[in-house]
Amino acid sequence: MDYLPNILFAVALILGVGYFTRNVQKLIRNIKLGREVDASDNKSQRWQNMARIALGQSKMVRRPIAGLLHVVVYVGFVIINIEVLEIILDGLFGTHRLFKDVIGEQVYGFLIGTFEILAVLVLITVVAFWLRRNVIKLKRFLSAEMKGWPKNDGNIILYFEVVLMCLFLTMNATDVPFQEMNSGNVISQFIAPWFEGMDVNTLHVVERTAWWLHILGILVFLNYLYFSKHLHILLAFPNTYFGNLKPKGQFNNLEAVTKEVMLMMDPNADPFAAPTEGAEDEEPAKFGASDVMDLNRIQLLNAYTCTECGRCTSECPANQTGKKLSPRKIMMDTRDRLEEVGKNLDKNNGEFKDDGKQLLNDYISPEELWACTSCNACVEACPVSIDPLSIIMDMRRYLVMEQSAAPMELNNMMTNIENNGAPWPYNQMDRLNWANEA
Amino acid sequence: MSEQLKVPTMAEYMAEGKQPEVLFWVGCAGSFDDRAKKITKAFVKLLHSAKVDFAVLGAEESCTGDPAKRAGNEFLFQMQAVTNIEVMNAYEVKKIVTACPHCFNTLKNEYPSLGGNYDVVHHTQFLKSLLNDGRLTIEGGQFKGKRITFHDPCYLGRANNVYEAPRDLIRKLDAELVEMKSCKSRGLCCGAGGAQMFKDAEPGNKEVNIERTEQALDTQPEIIAAGCPFCNTMMTDGVKNKEKEGQIAVMDIAELIANAEDL
Repeated sequence: MDYLPNILFAVALILGVGYFTRNVQKLIRNIKLGREVDASDNKSQRWQNMARIALGQSKMVRRPIAGLLHVVVYVGFVIINIEVLEIILDGLFGTHRLFKDVIGEQVYGFLIGTFEILAVLVLITVVAFWLRRNVIKLKRFLSAEMKGWPKNDGNIILYFEVVLMCLFLTMNATDVPFQEMNSGNVISQFIAPWFEGMDVNTLHVVERTAWWLHILGILVFLNYLYFSKHLHILLAFPNTYFGNLKPKGQFNNLEAVTKEVMLMMDPNADPFAAPTEGAEDEEPAKFGASDVMDLNRIQLLNAYTCTECGRCTSECPANQTGKKLSPRKIMMDTRDRLEEVGKNLDKNNGEFKDDGKQLLNDYISPEELWACTSCNACVEACPVSIDPLSIIMDMRRYLVMEQSAAPMELNNMMTNIENNGAPWPYNQMDRLNWANEA
Repeated sequence: MSEQLKVPTMAEYMAEGKQPEVLFWVGCAGSFDDRAKKITKAFVKLLHSAKVDFAVLGAEESCTGDPAKRAGNEFLFQMQAVTNIEVMNAYEVKKIVTACPHCFNTLKNEYPSLGGNYDVVHHTQFLKSLLNDGRLTIEGGQFKGKRITFHDPCYLGRANNVYEAPRDLIRKLDAELVEMKSCKSRGLCCGAGGAQMFKDAEPGNKEVNIERTEQALDTQPEIIAAGCPFCNTMMTDGVKNKEKEGQIAVMDIAELIANAEDL
């Protein structure tokens, strides 16, 4: 019977990690619904970007207040996780503070002391974050797309962090041998007096309860990630690795179009040539994107990585002037539609049953797409290298090339380019007239 | 000034069996828009003054396809691109300078994979190199101490990370360069990009160019400097909307330098 806690712990760990792994596999499957995209180039530059932007938080601090607050929580999260390793080993082997004897009381005390200070800093920061979201009412947290679940999601994450940090400190404060060691209890020594008057056994029960709730809370939080915007703590790393390395103004040239254009321009091409064997069975390539499957895998990874901070939207000129477009909503819609498609696959044994919906119109309206000035402010603003503009462009391509659904004035502009090589109705032969005008 | 500008074409150069130092890509706005034509002429004067051996394509130039591509019409863009590339490759063009950041971006970034590989520079970069090489000199006189704010064109700044060339030129005028609230990588768009120039804006509570003009006016400038014909139009309209056209001029960097030179 002595092994019961160890077994229970192992079961909890396997369940927690197992369910999370299952969801990560689902996530990978969903991302792979997108078109393949080659990002095998410039490996060293990509690793550098990941180190600088994700690990180094370089773009977070462009907004100093939110940036510094975020760095505190981030550093706290990463470093306090060293403690989680000890908790897991203790839980499996039935030991208590296993690392203490391995690394010596002094080093151990130093480490735990650091964790305790970080835990308090995280608590303070989380309160600041909560105030920013719920009391100060920053404009970027009040957009239309932030109503309901996204708002609650943001707060739930903060509550999780408060509870986990409090449990961590309580667990240390009620750990009698740890308090007696009097090394590393920099914060918890001030909490310990709250439990004075409790006998040793009760204290032990409180300590064990806090310990168990803390690790179970972490496992629950881990599994919450998949259902939350908070997934960015993991996906920020691959996302910055796969981030665009080309100049932001460079939009990709569609290869399928190049093939057709080259054929049209080739004087030796036979216009009456019979299609090559089997070519008739091939479905002609779809131009642009009307649903998530038409987007590429990096764009879908972008959608899962977005943590809805709204820096893109607050920098967007269209959004600032009251238009419907919000780059953040483009990312959220892409993710929500992708999740919907994923659930459709789950329900139908991995096969997608047409649900009569798509990303275009059912999630993102043409009005939003046409409001974009392609200025790249959203791309520049994103702290984790998400590119909402590429999705907007792919959807415009679908509207124009598959549906001929451009606004009338744009059709006029394009007709002018086709007919006379300028967006306005001037004759190409007059292009040099300016040189003769006084 | 009724003297005619001498603007040689690539065809003329070829007939003489010569290659110019650089092709000046005028662009649609620079060719047809009345305001932008002034920028084109100012730049040509500077090219002459620096004794740059340049030529234009003239009637052989056609839209780069930028507005078509940003509007989603990849077909039309690539048709334009391939046609232009054929013309330029036939002339064995190596280096291109243009006063339009949209042409600049498209020629520089989107033509190579379609077979058009050129060394493309924006006119502010080109003018800066002329100054550095001592081929052009600026007497700051006329603009000395004037408050000038520079509006970053998205397709020059964020799109291609060119922020300093235009600013260096303004500093050379001995002018007082003042920055707007949003500048450089965080510069606010004028509202014309992505083919917006050619259509009405979607419903909202303000025009983008008004928002940007307000940011510019906050710096109390005497001149709003631009480096793009479309930004120029948007900012000029914004200044008119605020009824400030009497006090504040919107000018291209090339015009500032040409005026300083009194060309």
